[in-house]
Amino acid sequence: MNQTQAKKGYFGNWGGAFIPEVLHQPFFQLNEAYRKIRADESFWQEYVDLMANYSCRPTPLTFAENLSNHFGGARIYIKREDLNHTGAHKANNVMGQGLLVKRMGKKRVIAETGAGQHGVATATMAARFGFDCTIYMGEEDVARQRPNVFWMEKLGATVVPVTDGARTLKDAINEAFRDWVTSMDETHYVFGTVCGPHPFPEMVAWFQSIIGREARDQILARHKALPAAVYACVGGGSNALGIFQGFMDDDVRLVGVEAGGKGTDTDQHASRMTGTRASAGVAQGYRTMFLQDDDGQMLDTHSIAAGLDYVGISPILAEMGESGRVDFAAATDDEVLKALELTMRAEGIIPALESSHAFVQAFKDAPNMGRDEAIIINMSGRGDKDIFTIAHAFDDPSWKKFIIDRADGYRKSSGG
Amino acid sequence: MDLRTDIEQRLKHKPILLMTHLVLGYPSLGVNREVIRAMAENGVDCIELQIPFSEPMADGPVILRANQDALKQGIRVEDCFRFAGEIIREFPGVNFLFMTYYNIIFRYGEEAFLRRAAEIGMRGFIVPDLPPEEGETYLRISRELGTAPIMFFTPTSTPERMRKVAELGDGFIYCVARKGVTGKQTEIDETLADHLARYREATDLPLAVGFGISSRKDVALLEGKADMAVIGTATIRLVDEQGAGAVGPFIASLTRS
Ligand SMILES: Cc1ncc(COP(=O)(O)O)c(C=O)c1O
Repeated sequence: MNQTQAKKGYFGNWGGAFIPEVLHQPFFQLNEAYRKIRADESFWQEYVDLMANYSCRPTPLTFAENLSNHFGGARIYIKREDLNHTGAHKANNVMGQGLLVKRMGKKRVIAETGAGQHGVATATMAARFGFDCTIYMGEEDVARQRPNVFWMEKLGATVVPVTDGARTLKDAINEAFRDWVTSMDETHYVFGTVCGPHPFPEMVAWFQSIIGREARDQILARHKALPAAVYACVGGGSNALGIFQGFMDDDVRLVGVEAGGKGTDTDQHASRMTGTRASAGVAQGYRTMFLQDDDGQMLDTHSIAAGLDYVGISPILAEMGESGRVDFAAATDDEVLKALELTMRAEGIIPALESSHAFVQAFKDAPNMGRDEAIIINMSGRGDKDIFTIAHAFDDPSWKKFIIDRADGYRKSSGG
Repeated sequence: MDLRTDIEQRLKHKPILLMTHLVLGYPSLGVNREVIRAMAENGVDCIELQIPFSEPMADGPVILRANQDALKQGIRVEDCFRFAGEIIREFPGVNFLFMTYYNIIFRYGEEAFLRRAAEIGMRGFIVPDLPPEEGETYLRISRELGTAPIMFFTPTSTPERMRKVAELGDGFIYCVARKGVTGKQTEIDETLADHLARYREATDLPLAVGFGISSRKDVALLEGKADMAVIGTATIRLVDEQGAGAVGPFIASLTRS
């Protein structure tokens, strides 16, 4: 990806490192440490071995025969990032940064989290490597992702609910930066996606490239040809860039699917590249397309999937969208639930709400493609851990009754 | 007279200068005006007018909430420009600087923003998330206009880094007394004295010291070590708790010996 970088940390017009002066020196050190691991060939092997030993890598590429027959077009393959330890692709980035933290000799890690996936992955990594861990999470996300909060705390992390701003992912990022400017001597900030100041976009994309490297070998072995298209959901963009990097120089259509929320013609969505509400801006340490008003104030976003509910997008993807290398589409909340339901019934596979966005667009395109063509959907995470969110989204009556009964039970036993 | 020369002139008559800060539109432009009057009448030398931003990454909880509250009440960048223009005309004895985050300037159009600010008499700019590496256009246009792009020294800055940023900056250097965000109390102790000595060595520009100063005692300890004391969060808290009327006596108390 380096050839597209005219200025350090830039991808076309996007990226950079818009950081307060107090972080200049810590970023200098981080860049140095990152440069060293890139130059050290044993590092990648250490990383691959760790992921094989601890996180089920390589993850399978599953042929979805029933879905393929259902749509009657392209052969649909699913890259199973849900089978990572902790249930999502987030583990790839986090374990990579964990190895980096060990080399830097720091003892504490902090992270932001939206859905809680990155927070759980970071808390897991911290437990394994023996680091102290603090996770910043918007109050709204704490409320809608309680099971993840529970696991983070059980894994030994401190979870700090962020009560400022929109109380979602962007506010958690601001708060993590505020921690970091005070604690940078002993603390590393484990950024969760391919956003933020340089070198985070490039570094996180590098760790996530393990998805695409595997997927390319797997599809060639199984289908004996490259896929016609690859689909991934896009929050910050890390799972998408992870798989896209396997097919960068190939004649393969790359499709990023954003959160269409209640529709890109409403003000309740998080689509930066689709729709007309985003524009160029600089926030959270980098330049990209942001959902913002004319003055440059960030707008409130909405998605059924907490992990996609974010105002910005990776500078690398902004560039790939602008150059036409990646096509963008949006999936609405309603479409997402339908695709999720169909995938569960047809394949016995439960994608996360985030990942289900990629399924929506793949299902729209597959019927119009030839039977000899293949497509890959990157299933970034599993949905069964999101049982509260998904049951709520389906408005499931028996689940509601269970919760009410359980709550009554707790009330009685606590004498309230 | 450029900002640096003005500051050096003032330092001939005072042991230390004062710079205060407020968030435009918090709690209202009306209260901002009263507060500025009280500051000006009590001898404040520079005032930072912060244009609110939804993501004030370098600010602590008090200023963060002031930003949010001002935005919730609907303050626009246009309102800030109009208000600043009036205030600068009304209080010619004070140097005014815009403090804001880079996106506000970027969205307005960097050149248009800086030109308009210079036209209304703004003397300089404090943009905490714009390091010189990303600020080529900002620095070039500021030089053309004769406005001061304020640079930062921090406890983590190396001597080479300080010399580099000082060369690119003008007006004064904003010295961060400790790591962290705005609004926390700083012990003015040995480590601060060490930092200030390092800062002094790296530049001839006047040194303004901020982050957490709230009393005469703090200011007195800076005399002889720094050129300007920066009072940020303390006045916002004061106005929250006691109203604009408390600002005049507070400011007067900071330099009374
Ligand atoms: C399962 C899952 N998929 C996707 C995302 C979105 O992130 P990204 O676009 O960086 O892959 C998240 C974020 O929390 C997630 O948990």
